[in-house]
Amino acid sequence: MRGVSKVFSNGTLALKDMSLDVERGEFLSLLGPSGCGKSTALRIVAGLGAASSGKIDWPSSRINARGLPEGDVGFVFQEPTLMPWKTVFGNVYLPLRLTGVSKSAARERIMETLASVGLADFSEAYPRELSGGMKMRVSIARALVTRPKLLLMDEPFAALDEFTRQKLNDDVLRLWRQSGVTVIFVTHSVFESAYLSNRIVVMKARPGQVFADLPLANDGERTADYRTSEAYRVATHEVSRSLHDAIHAGGGH
Amino acid sequence: MSEMVQTGPRDDDEAGTDSAVAILVPRTSTTEKVLRIAVPVGMLVLGVVAWHLTVVLNGIPKYILPTPADVANSLLNDWPTLLPALWVTLRITFTALALALVGGVAMAILLVQSKWIELALFPYAVILQVTPIIAIAPLLLIYAPDTQTALLICSFLVAFFPILSNMVTGLKSVDHNLLNLYDLYGASRWQTLIYLKIPAAMPYFMAGLRIGGGLALIAAVVAEFAAGSAGEGSGLAFRLLESQYRLNIPRLFAALILLTGTGIAIFGLTSFIAWLSLHRWHESAIKREN
Repeated sequence: MRGVSKVFSNGTLALKDMSLDVERGEFLSLLGPSGCGKSTALRIVAGLGAASSGKIDWPSSRINARGLPEGDVGFVFQEPTLMPWKTVFGNVYLPLRLTGVSKSAARERIMETLASVGLADFSEAYPRELSGGMKMRVSIARALVTRPKLLLMDEPFAALDEFTRQKLNDDVLRLWRQSGVTVIFVTHSVFESAYLSNRIVVMKARPGQVFADLPLANDGERTADYRTSEAYRVATHEVSRSLHDAIHAGGGH
Repeated sequence: MSEMVQTGPRDDDEAGTDSAVAILVPRTSTTEKVLRIAVPVGMLVLGVVAWHLTVVLNGIPKYILPTPADVANSLLNDWPTLLPALWVTLRITFTALALALVGGVAMAILLVQSKWIELALFPYAVILQVTPIIAIAPLLLIYAPDTQTALLICSFLVAFFPILSNMVTGLKSVDHNLLNLYDLYGASRWQTLIYLKIPAAMPYFMAGLRIGGGLALIAAVVAEFAAGSAGEGSGLAFRLLESQYRLNIPRLFAALILLTGTGIAIFGLTSFIAWLSLHRWHESAIKREN
């Protein structure tokens, strides 16, 4: 993906000439203080709200009427955003259903995806019967069921408790490693971004701009003791300092 | 100083928030189940007994206040008169309700398609909604080909608006992110309507159905009062008036009981339909014990 400059404005300037090249297979975190336009940027990439200027370039791919590569983008919202009247299966089936795949043809792939997020036994449960973390897993399964090339995640674990969040972080890493999907992950957590990504883009607010672009060593094989390792400490330290600078550079008022 | 009093056994069953699957087995004990039925039924019986005693002890004549037994007798003896009347009222109520459901839902879907359609139709919706429908009954009686049709239109108009406004609210109250999601996957307008908006509006529709069902019956009765029609095709409301003129108070009560029964049946039926379609997912239809 060659992301080019996009300016967004609706009275206020949410993003100013933001340019970003995303490499295939990258795990990129967009990190920044609230109001820095990181979610806005993500939504523009997803086609959920047009950029006021600038554009997104996709690599050669079938582009649909809305300027998105067909079936190649998955989106995970901050909330699980499930349909409460549908079972887990029905919710994960949705993206395929909308593109006209029959239920029987989709079944195998849905069950496979559910298994990959550890929910194989819950396909007939309704969302209200699940815990917050499990709902989020359903949401991730739904985003992955189309086998997207790009997975967009908008602070997906912000509302979860620390244990569930760490567990899900490991799951996301595993899924990223296994599928080779490109991930753009919006977060306001230094630790989360340092743990997950191999590239962190720090943004500053008012107007939203890229402040720093930090590469990180990450082969997706984080072990349990990584959280206490020296490498992790150095990484979080570096990211924290960059974020700190971004907050003080940003706004200026 | 009041002391803390512990009432009842404490429920120490901690259904943790992280439990994988919240188990929703009702934990009501058998005694409570029995009491749940026995208490209201007991109160009802008590009321009937009190009614009977009041009449008998005070020697109130039948044409002022009949005993429950008189009413029951009248219900049996006047059945041949009351049954056709009940049938007429039921037919008007349910036809009106069915038309209101179809019309209300169709209109709501039309209204949410474009804000221009909504704006254009807004004045009519307001005018029709704020006008007491019963006040236009005399006009309807003039314009409609027959009394039955006039009653039907009245009843329809009254049931129509709660269904329409609930449905519009429901169709508009879809989770914004879900709409985005449908957008993302390139869902057509039709797919979004069928798979997302209509299911999301179901709880609102059910609320509209329950209100509309009750109102359709009320409107059918009130409109018939206004029409004051007589003859073959008269409903329960006419039988009520007729009984009053003739001081046949037991029959008046019998007709009243039939109306109440109809109301309860409609309420029960609409509630059941609501439960049937929502109980698996919607909060309003899920038993919670907290």
